[in-house]
Amino acid sequence: MNSPGLFFVHYLMIINERPTAYPIFANIKTVAMEDLKLEELFQAKVDAELKIEPKDWMPEKYRKTLIRQISQHAHSEVVGMLPEGNWITRAPSLRRKAILLAKVQDEAGHGLYLYSACETLGATREKTVEDLNSGKAKYSSIFNYPTLTWADIGAVGWLVDGAAIMNQVMLCRTSYGPYARAMVRICKEESFHQRQGYEIMSVLAKGTPEQKEMAQDSLNRWWWPSLMMFGPSDANSTNSADSMKWKIKRQSNDELRQTFIDRTVQQAEILGLTIPDAKLKWNEDTKHYEWGDIDWAEFNNVVAGNGPCNKERLVARNKAHDEGAWVREAAMAYAGKQAKRKAA
Amino acid sequence: MTIQEALFTYCLRRGDDNLILSHRLGEWCGHGPQLEEDIALTNRALDLIGQARNYLQYAGQVEGKGRSEDDLAYLRNERQYTNVKLVEQPNGDYAHTMVRSFLFDAWHLPLQQALTRSKDDQLAAIASKAVKEIAYHLKTSGDWMIRFGDGTAESHQRAQRALDDLWTFSGELFATDDVEAVLFAAGIAPDMAAVKSAFDSTVQSVLTEATLKRPMDAYMATGGRQGKHSEHLGFMLAEMQYLQRAYPGAIW
Ligand SMILES: [Fe+2]
Repeated sequence: MNSPGLFFVHYLMIINERPTAYPIFANIKTVAMEDLKLEELFQAKVDAELKIEPKDWMPEKYRKTLIRQISQHAHSEVVGMLPEGNWITRAPSLRRKAILLAKVQDEAGHGLYLYSACETLGATREKTVEDLNSGKAKYSSIFNYPTLTWADIGAVGWLVDGAAIMNQVMLCRTSYGPYARAMVRICKEESFHQRQGYEIMSVLAKGTPEQKEMAQDSLNRWWWPSLMMFGPSDANSTNSADSMKWKIKRQSNDELRQTFIDRTVQQAEILGLTIPDAKLKWNEDTKHYEWGDIDWAEFNNVVAGNGPCNKERLVARNKAHDEGAWVREAAMAYAGKQAKRKAA
Repeated sequence: MTIQEALFTYCLRRGDDNLILSHRLGEWCGHGPQLEEDIALTNRALDLIGQARNYLQYAGQVEGKGRSEDDLAYLRNERQYTNVKLVEQPNGDYAHTMVRSFLFDAWHLPLQQALTRSKDDQLAAIASKAVKEIAYHLKTSGDWMIRFGDGTAESHQRAQRALDDLWTFSGELFATDDVEAVLFAAGIAPDMAAVKSAFDSTVQSVLTEATLKRPMDAYMATGGRQGKHSEHLGFMLAEMQYLQRAYPGAIW
């Protein structure tokens, strides 16, 4: 809070909101801009917990980092529809089918908000989607794992959405305004999904022996990939320092992972399921769980494109996009004709 | 045939049409031509499954043998399903999917509007809730017909082909039998001739604006209402019912 820029930040905030209404402040703005380096001012704003908005000056690297992160996030929502959509036609009751449909629909909505947030940074949706389809852009590796049984729909909600929420709650306070606002909406829906997933697991865990086995098997397969969702450990994380300074991120990968583990281990106990980690144990001094070694070789392998479903996911996205081309063209052509008719 | 028996079958038919079409639309999830359409298709699928559940719950009540919506959805076989053949037809391209929905919606709306005036209070209540949803379905499927028909040469051709392919399934929507006759006489089910004329005028006006040609009324495929389906339905049910069949009696 001792940055020299802070004093001006409050004026700038007013000016930014009502640029024409404060001619005197507009002068101050000019002076301030001259006196302060733009980057210092930007950092002062971030430090003062003011949101950065699309029209504000921002370092190019901040913009790039955000575009990368938000687009990856958007792609994850969209690709995530595939493993979950995989069970819509096989959901075991009409109620479950309706809940799953609604959930996958929410994910599509999240994708849309996030592509819009990306557009505020100058990345067109067309180009962003193209980067996904060409394999250039990444998405959360977790969605390269298959949903093999109905219990996986429970596990995805409980663990994958549960892990995602840790990140997303933090991102509700991220420094970039449109991203933070998109996250507030998304978080509400995501925590609902997490409860629904937990409920699926809970019904299975209390069900027949076969159902309980299905739930345990699913936890066994999803546990470690879920922990990997938080990314490399802090010591090996390349993007973290700037992201923390710019308050894009506000907690480290390992802090978030710890919170997730502490919470989820207790939930597994309530379910009567066993976390597949022999080294897992409560540490009375730190008041946290200690856990075993994450197989980072597996993580890197999936990120590199060799996960169980990487190819299928990209094929499915490309197929949808290519086969939808004539539909999008028809809509554009018709809109064009209508506009012409109106003008005539 | 008693009114109760007829009403049970009538509810199953409404439930099955909605459930099977919802299932087909659900197959699109994650594969739509753009995200907005994924959302719109899921919306439609959700509305239809909601309506299906209302009808199947009511069918179970009317039958009085303690069967739940899930018993009826998951434990009947192909020959016991009573949906029209139109809704079980594969998705095909987006034109086939939208034409299938348009034909269904253009029939569904006047049917449900008439059912809001049914002497059976529960049917009237279900219909009153459904008509708002269906009006929106018809608006959006009609809009796509127009966009396709009056869009590009390719979209026009695809829409016309889909219409020509699916038209043969439109006649069954209006087929009447004893079930309809018994309920019509009791003021429970509407006059299908009136529903047909509303359908005709919707189709006429949308196709005209879409610059598409209404196919000739030639042979009309029937049999769905009597459980004589196309080969597609068996596969759909095998998929839909797999967990319930594999783990009898389990709660999900
Ligand atoms: Fe989401």
